[in-house]
Amino acid sequence: MSGSGENMKSGRLDVRKTYKMLIGGAFVRSESGRALDVNAPGGKWLGHVCRASRKDFRNAVVAARKAASGWANTTPYLKGQILYRAAEMLEGRATTFREVLQSIGLSPVAAKTEVTQAIDLLVYYAGWTDKYLQVFGSVNPVSSPYFNFSVTEPMGVVAYVSGEKRPLLDLVTGIAPIVAGGNTVITLSTGRAAVPAMELGEVLATSDFPHGVINLLCGVREELVGQMATHMDVNALVTQGADAKESAASREACALNLKRFFPREANGKGDEDPYRILDTVEIKTTWHPVGG
Amino acid sequence: MSSSLTVSTNLNLQAHPVDEVGIRERVARLATRSIKKASKVEGLKLALSMVDLTTLEGADTPGKVRQLCTKAIHLHSGRKDLPMVAAVCVYPTMVRIAREALQGTPIQVAAVATAFPSGMNPLAVKLEDTRYAVAEGAHEIDMVISRGDFLRGDYARVANEIEQVKEACGKAHLKVILETGELGTLDRVRLASDIAMQSGADFIKTSTGKIQPAATPEVVLVMLQAISDFYRKTGKRIGMKPAGGIANAKAALNLLIMVREVLGPAWLTPSLFRIGASKLPNDMLMQLEKERTGVYQGLDYFSND
Repeated sequence: MSGSGENMKSGRLDVRKTYKMLIGGAFVRSESGRALDVNAPGGKWLGHVCRASRKDFRNAVVAARKAASGWANTTPYLKGQILYRAAEMLEGRATTFREVLQSIGLSPVAAKTEVTQAIDLLVYYAGWTDKYLQVFGSVNPVSSPYFNFSVTEPMGVVAYVSGEKRPLLDLVTGIAPIVAGGNTVITLSTGRAAVPAMELGEVLATSDFPHGVINLLCGVREELVGQMATHMDVNALVTQGADAKESAASREACALNLKRFFPREANGKGDEDPYRILDTVEIKTTWHPVGG
Repeated sequence: MSSSLTVSTNLNLQAHPVDEVGIRERVARLATRSIKKASKVEGLKLALSMVDLTTLEGADTPGKVRQLCTKAIHLHSGRKDLPMVAAVCVYPTMVRIAREALQGTPIQVAAVATAFPSGMNPLAVKLEDTRYAVAEGAHEIDMVISRGDFLRGDYARVANEIEQVKEACGKAHLKVILETGELGTLDRVRLASDIAMQSGADFIKTSTGKIQPAATPEVVLVMLQAISDFYRKTGKRIGMKPAGGIANAKAALNLLIMVREVLGPAWLTPSLFRIGASKLPNDMLMQLEKERTGVYQGLDYFSND
């Protein structure tokens, strides 16, 4: 974002970076043309990020819906490989991410821990993609001539509101189980967390996720959470770090189309937890006649 | 039935060169118009009343056609303020089923005929195709021009075919499909429009929906201008039907804007403007529901046919 002193001396122009959102595989600015200031904790101005509008969110839902059936039908094994590739890409850019996290106020140690944990988290959920069905699915004993079994199915399009406490990790801990379960996702990052989030877009865009499977927005929480909760084409809403008022309003709005609502504490507990995958999948039970 | 060629004596093929850059520029400028709130709602309802709800698949069954007709009558359950669509457009063998399903409604039944979609059959077969569809009860016939004849310059044959099909139509309205995606240039689109109108078309229609590109805004604008010129010369109002690839509400509203700008409000009626589509109504319904409820809609809550 900021220019380097070295270039000033050599006369070379700075190549500055414009952080853009990821919608449907494309890096875009907000259609509204609006931007937000990002400041370091000391108040130092770091730069601008996009301020997503309701329409950006709607466009992201369209992209996510379009990608939903393809991603749901991708083999679990391939889903795992792609998630693992995201870990590889993040590993390769670990230094950049540490710098970005430090620029928004994390200590060097905290930044390093966060990047490492984010990578490990991607590997963790990559491993679960072809295993959770065996754990959560079942063959059910019934007292009639039926073969009765339950399997998981992705819910579809999931919206995720990320927290700011752990700017990178909060986002990855939301995305990984949602896409591991075969859903497509639209995330919202706010405040300083927008910077590593948009940086993560470049990692995800080179990880072989089909366009639209992961869509990253940044903006103002109060402006968009309501939209996420009411949108009829969103099947589940997961939030992190919501206050009681927001959660109550979201729960009520989610009832409109019976979307599932999972408010999570931003305390870092349960990052590595297969039940996170279970949150955004449905269990479908089939009665199959047997014998004559 | 004669397949001999009687060359039209009154075919006036004055060249109307199309300013392609000008057309693109005007299309781009018209597309920037934004219609909001109450006007948008009215525009969408008007556009819905102009839809020719279409199913033209090899896999069409009586059941599917009946389902489509139900959709044509009841666009969305729970809303009484919506119009019915203008017509249902089907293959000739489905006309009778559509007529039965639409009995008692003002919805017209349109049938594609003349060896749709390619038109690569002898004239006698095309005329028989047309007569069959009319006898089955079609109110409107959507014919295709012979693009092969047109492209090799045999305009008289194209005109003659349209004239004879028009005669075979009897009281049924005739829409002439130019299949602009196969014509190549806007100049040819203009020429084909002129030939069709002079040969007795009640409507000119862009495409079959089987070829891409279909109803691009550029093509629609050229055809509207041809209609405008024809009206000024003859006083006869020819209808317009864009079809193919019109999938969202915004595109439909843009079409209305173009019609209003080029032809004026007199053409903003289902008797002079139609939109051929199958998926479009649901997108317009989603927009209408968004305006009513304030929340963005999903296709899960709209009938899928």
